[in-house]
Amino acid sequence: MTFEPRPERNSMLLNLGPSHPAMHGTVRIMVELEGERILNSEVEIGYLHRGFEKTCENRTYFTLLPYTDRLNYVSPLINNAGYALAMEKLLGIEAPERAQYIRVLMCELSRISDHLTSVAAMGMECGAFTVFLYMMKAREYIWDVIEFTTGARMTASYIRIGGVRADLHPDYRAALEKAVRETRKVLKDVHGLLDGNKIFLDRTKGLGALTPEEAVSYGWTGPCLRSTGVRYDVRKSRPYLVYDRLDFDVPLGSNGDNYDRYMVRMMELDQSLRIVEQTAAALPPRAPIAAGDRRPVEPSEAIRISRGQRVVGPVRLSPNLEGSEKDVYGDIQTADRRWTLPPKEDTYTTMEGLINHFLFFMQGRGIRPPKGEVYFSVEGGNGELGYYIVSDGTDRPYRLHLRAPCFHIVSALERLIKGRYVADVIPTFGSLNMIGGELDR
Amino acid sequence: MEPERVIGDLEKRFPGEIVEASRDGVDLVLVIRLEALLRIMGSLKEPPYSYKLLLDLTCVDFRRDAGSFEMVYHLYSLDAGRRVRVKVRLPADAPLMDSLASLWRNANWLEREVYDMFGVVFKGHPDLKRILMYDGFEGFPLRKDYPLRRRQPKADKGNTT
Repeated sequence: MTFEPRPERNSMLLNLGPSHPAMHGTVRIMVELEGERILNSEVEIGYLHRGFEKTCENRTYFTLLPYTDRLNYVSPLINNAGYALAMEKLLGIEAPERAQYIRVLMCELSRISDHLTSVAAMGMECGAFTVFLYMMKAREYIWDVIEFTTGARMTASYIRIGGVRADLHPDYRAALEKAVRETRKVLKDVHGLLDGNKIFLDRTKGLGALTPEEAVSYGWTGPCLRSTGVRYDVRKSRPYLVYDRLDFDVPLGSNGDNYDRYMVRMMELDQSLRIVEQTAAALPPRAPIAAGDRRPVEPSEAIRISRGQRVVGPVRLSPNLEGSEKDVYGDIQTADRRWTLPPKEDTYTTMEGLINHFLFFMQGRGIRPPKGEVYFSVEGGNGELGYYIVSDGTDRPYRLHLRAPCFHIVSALERLIKGRYVADVIPTFGSLNMIGGELDR
Repeated sequence: MEPERVIGDLEKRFPGEIVEASRDGVDLVLVIRLEALLRIMGSLKEPPYSYKLLLDLTCVDFRRDAGSFEMVYHLYSLDAGRRVRVKVRLPADAPLMDSLASLWRNANWLEREVYDMFGVVFKGHPDLKRILMYDGFEGFPLRKDYPLRRRQPKADKGNTT
């Protein structure tokens, strides 16, 4: 341990975690107490370490994508986007405009779900169980929109190198409008429940405060850094995708305490909803899907038909994710077939498609970026989410490192709780929004 | 400050210490000598460069091809909106270098992670020990010669206090 307990002060050691009902996530905090006051503490992490970086070095660039879903598992699409954009920078390609808008839409929905979860958990830990239930309800509506399009609630693997997996679901708009409407309603309710609530204020105002200089020194980014009043948002400072064409503000706090972190997240939720609405309105049109009168066929049947004769005209496959038909490929994925999968219709009905598909997955083939290195970061739910990738020209990354925003934020926890009461650990820790998958990798 | 001016300025202040300088878009990439790390990083943090935010710090195992480890630092200047990537090469047989924990507080945990994963030892680090792996773990998992599927008996963690 970093500190020596001092028996002469009559101090007591208390172990919080790694599995503790009041801790969200698996982390262990050893605290040395004098009465209820914390003299010293040590934060121990690594309980969720899966060897993400080692695993990635042994997977191809295409097949490591699902592992990124499991980093910040509350906003997996932002992780996907960060990885895809880093790879696109390395390959020197760009996704079509429609795909970029879809990515922004998905990233902001993920951010909303991330912030909702964070504020909900923080509220619950302060005793506001209603807030938790309301926000979880809103998050379900957000995830409905995501599930509609990606086919999964959390582990979507939807944003791919060169584009997105599929176009938006034809009926996504109704679900989106409902999600935005319901989330706004919940936000209003939560403001009413918490903003002036004495129990909540007593446990957040002035607690866990950090000065801007200290926050920068700890490498804080994202809502936590902005709560101290430092204006740094990757979406504004280094705009990626189409963020420079969208109108949104960067909310700032002033005290850097638990309350400001709560408030900044709440205000960012408003801004994200604004972005979602703008993106949905500005979405470039896509090519129409040819109205084929053919009934949908199963892949095995498609293979059987194409064995006897060359298949002409549109083929409809079932099962196939809506929006991933061959007709819309040009709008959602880059035209260079070296970096993206061929459409499923081609794979199952033409020899060329099958060869392309096979080559894409063959060991030593597939995506082979030029030798070099790249660092690319996006604004994740917790702050700057950066990928550092070193390529040696093969189909596997030589090194892939994730700059996890959580890691830097949690490293300041010892400093934040020193000299405070045990009860203050819980709201302070809650306001930092630790996500184990991202912290421990 | 423009990237070219930063390079020129640094070369004047630290003659012979900058091995390579190049650009990555608007960002700067520097390879510097190991001995000069603490001095160069210290001055990059202060005005007129003001790269105040240590974004990231990691290591790459190039022992097979280049016979060295490479430490990679990413700094960010909040005023200029620019990043700089600083790299130093470490001899493979003695990966020992200065700690930046005196300059940035997050370097404490970041360096512990590099020690944990690569076995790089940092001089002047306040509390260098494993962070993600457990205490009894043998070897350094992100080194290239550590097998992907090597199994180790679960350490009896006991009471680490």
